Amino acid sequence: MVSNNIGNILKKYTMVIALVVVIGIFYVGTKGTILLPQNINNLLSQNAYVFVLATGMLMCILTGGNIDLSVGSVVCFVGGIGAVLMSKGINVWVSVLVMLLAGVLVGAWQAFWVAYINVPPFIATLAGMYAFRGLSNVVLDGYAVSISNTTFLNVFGGGADCYIPDLFGGDKLNITCLIAGLVIVAIYVITSFMNRISAARKGYSTTSAASFYAKLIIISLVVLFLFYKLAGYKGIPTSLIWIFVIVLAYHYFTTKTTMGRYLYAVGGNEKATQLSGINTKKVYFFAYTNMGFLTAIAGILTVARAASAQPTYGQFYEMDAIGACFIGGASAYGGTGSVFGAIIGALLMGVINQGMSIMGVDANYQKVVKGLVLLAAVIFDVLSKREKK
Amino acid sequence: MGNILLEMKNITKEFPGVKALDNVNLKVEQGEIHALVGENGAGKSTLMNVLSGIYPFGSYTGDIVYNGEVCQFQKIKDSEEKGIVIIHQELALIPYMSIGENMFLGNEQGKKSAIDWDKTYAEADKYLKMVGLSESSRVLIKDIGVGKQQLVEIAKALAKHAKLLILDEPTSSLNETDSKALLDLLLEFKKQGMTSIIISHKLNEVAYVADHITVIRDGSTIETLDKKVDDFSEDRIIKGMVGRALTDRFPKRHDVKIGDVAMEVKDWTVYHPQYAERKVVDGVSMNVRKGEVVGIAGLMGAGRTELAMSIFGKAYGTNISGQLFLNGQEVHLKNIKDAIKHKIAYVTEDRKGNGLVLSNPIKINTTLANLSELCTNRVIDQDKEYQVAEEYREKLKTKCPSVEQNVGNLSGGNQQKVLLAKWMFANPDVLILDEPTRGIDVGAKYEIYCIINDLVAEGKSVIMISSELPEVLGMSDRIYVMNEGKMVGEMAGAEASQESIMSCILKS
Repeated sequence: MVSNNIGNILKKYTMVIALVVVIGIFYVGTKGTILLPQNINNLLSQNAYVFVLATGMLMCILTGGNIDLSVGSVVCFVGGIGAVLMSKGINVWVSVLVMLLAGVLVGAWQAFWVAYINVPPFIATLAGMYAFRGLSNVVLDGYAVSISNTTFLNVFGGGADCYIPDLFGGDKLNITCLIAGLVIVAIYVITSFMNRISAARKGYSTTSAASFYAKLIIISLVVLFLFYKLAGYKGIPTSLIWIFVIVLAYHYFTTKTTMGRYLYAVGGNEKATQLSGINTKKVYFFAYTNMGFLTAIAGILTVARAASAQPTYGQFYEMDAIGACFIGGASAYGGTGSVFGAIIGALLMGVINQGMSIMGVDANYQKVVKGLVLLAAVIFDVLSKREKK
Repeated sequence: MGNILLEMKNITKEFPGVKALDNVNLKVEQGEIHALVGENGAGKSTLMNVLSGIYPFGSYTGDIVYNGEVCQFQKIKDSEEKGIVIIHQELALIPYMSIGENMFLGNEQGKKSAIDWDKTYAEADKYLKMVGLSESSRVLIKDIGVGKQQLVEIAKALAKHAKLLILDEPTSSLNETDSKALLDLLLEFKKQGMTSIIISHKLNEVAYVADHITVIRDGSTIETLDKKVDDFSEDRIIKGMVGRALTDRFPKRHDVKIGDVAMEVKDWTVYHPQYAERKVVDGVSMNVRKGEVVGIAGLMGAGRTELAMSIFGKAYGTNISGQLFLNGQEVHLKNIKDAIKHKIAYVTEDRKGNGLVLSNPIKINTTLANLSELCTNRVIDQDKEYQVAEEYREKLKTKCPSVEQNVGNLSGGNQQKVLLAKWMFANPDVLILDEPTRGIDVGAKYEIYCIINDLVAEGKSVIMISSELPEVLGMSDRIYVMNEGKMVGEMAGAEASQESIMSCILKS
């Protein structure tokens, strides 16, 4: 019984464990460099776009293993529009709004073909991948356009000052950052306890006390550690706030709302979902339009971080997002997967990237390793499912 | 006893945590038809998988003696070389390949580098003739009906020089005429010396063809009945299967008052969605009253499912015409959502394909058709969802560790209960149940019948489409008979008989 429990826990948290192991390996390999405050900060800021895109990609993958190949090009397209607008002196918020709108329109355009005309998503978005790469070039006229608007850079995680300022004027440690970490942990602990108590009162099955406390303590420690490290650098990067908001919002969306539920249902059995009176076309339309929206946010974060837009930006971003989802346990046939899983997948890829860069591994070999990790994750998933039968 | 062709001795097969087979013994005589019966999950298919090498030697204990020698099959190819060929319940044919290509798939004629197509098709035609099919082997599988596809499977088995033919539920997707033809073919083969093992739920068919019947229950052999000595009546076989005599296969309904007409269709006509000139339902008029169970009998392909689905918010067909009345008022249902809102439910015949999301837990399946009931501002109240799922689990006696269990892990009978729970939660007044007991065992069937009785006792109306005549006769207050898209008969349940229904169909 006990061994069975441990087996289940191992299975459920495989990727988390893999993440810990990988961090451990690089900790040794880089002689601790990878966990320096600045590197942790970079890990989150550099991969902000992956977290956002993976969240959106997950919604598409849930509907039946469908992917969106166009996101890399659209990141570039949307970023290009914003950079050009701001360089022409248009108000920063108007520019942001236009970027978001452009993303949603692009998403809706592709979603229309996928949902209502039944163009296979692979084809519809492959077309988008070409078309929007071309349009990015047109928008940018083939050149790099730099972004100098400091409001934009500060708010979306670019430039030197894109951190939440320390309100308490801490000397070596950013006190605001530490307090934020403590508050988050406190909220997390309190809601966990409240949920557990109410579940127990209603007589629902709950996880064993040991695993509940273990999870609580581990997550709390990880969060505190993270914020402690960030406090030792420049504080909370603004991009982290965007990631935080998006991840929480979409976690809530996928687990608690009807549309979230329908994404899983369509991926699990489209015909049964249809016969339950659900408009499955709307579900597809939502998934791809939403992908456009999140791609726009990823585009904003990308050009802000680089403080410029270039026609080559965003290449292979779609692959990073797709890889993160599958490493994070989403099924290639749809119907299963979670936002947190995709985030863990994205983190794992990010850590591997960064660790290898610090160790000075050749960029070409980095790609080989990334490919093998993706393959290994999916093989593991397939094998563990086979065992169950 | 005659010559023993096959003997399986003390076969025990364990899966992690479950003993699927426990000292099972099976003796099959040369040239007989041997039936294997038992409830779902009794271990019939597992036993056949052991025999055919799908579970390789070493993964089970016990001996397989075939033709006098002990066999240790490592894979399917090994058993096929000896002439043991299994035909699975789900047809394993590829729709866009020709009959001939399918028949010799994995057994291609000619050289590896160059398939000899002339030989392939000539051989294929030869075997098709043996099973009584006149189609050319160049016809694509998708262009022939399910009945003929089943015959192609048998021809394919013959092409492998089968000496022992194993058929797993060969008639489960066939109508009565095709089933009869298939069974007669087996009898014909028997005359030529072929030995067959048939697994079936349809006990009348088993009684018709079998020389011996081996009953398996909970992974053990219970008994083997011999046609010459034993009684082959359904009641006798069921007694062995469930371990008790089912004195009444259909629960009694007590004092259900039949009220006003709840739903009525008039002159309902539906055309095929792809072939727009083909009428699938032709001028059908029918009604169902409150508290009434109306059975719709008919052969496979009679248009019953199509009728039901087209009523259910145009879920099937094009160019639908006719009138639909609910409680005397004419309604026009635009889509499925609309139909659910008007309190109609259609419980599909294909629970895995069209009914349930197998990768989702019971609770999520239970609420899918009526999720808005649990929502405020599109946010699901998951406490309430859990309670609803629990309530239906208790009410329908669904056997599962918890409602968090994925539906894919349940047995057929329990899946059917989840499907019923889903539509009961949608709170319909009229339930259309399409083959509600297909492929589930006798005990679960009885429970489904009890649920139907409870539903009409609450004043709901039930339309039950079924291809099993005893079920239609046992459960219905009134029976409609459908054939080739038309209503060809209507009779009171008490007056109807298998003969009167069949004669309606044949005379139409």
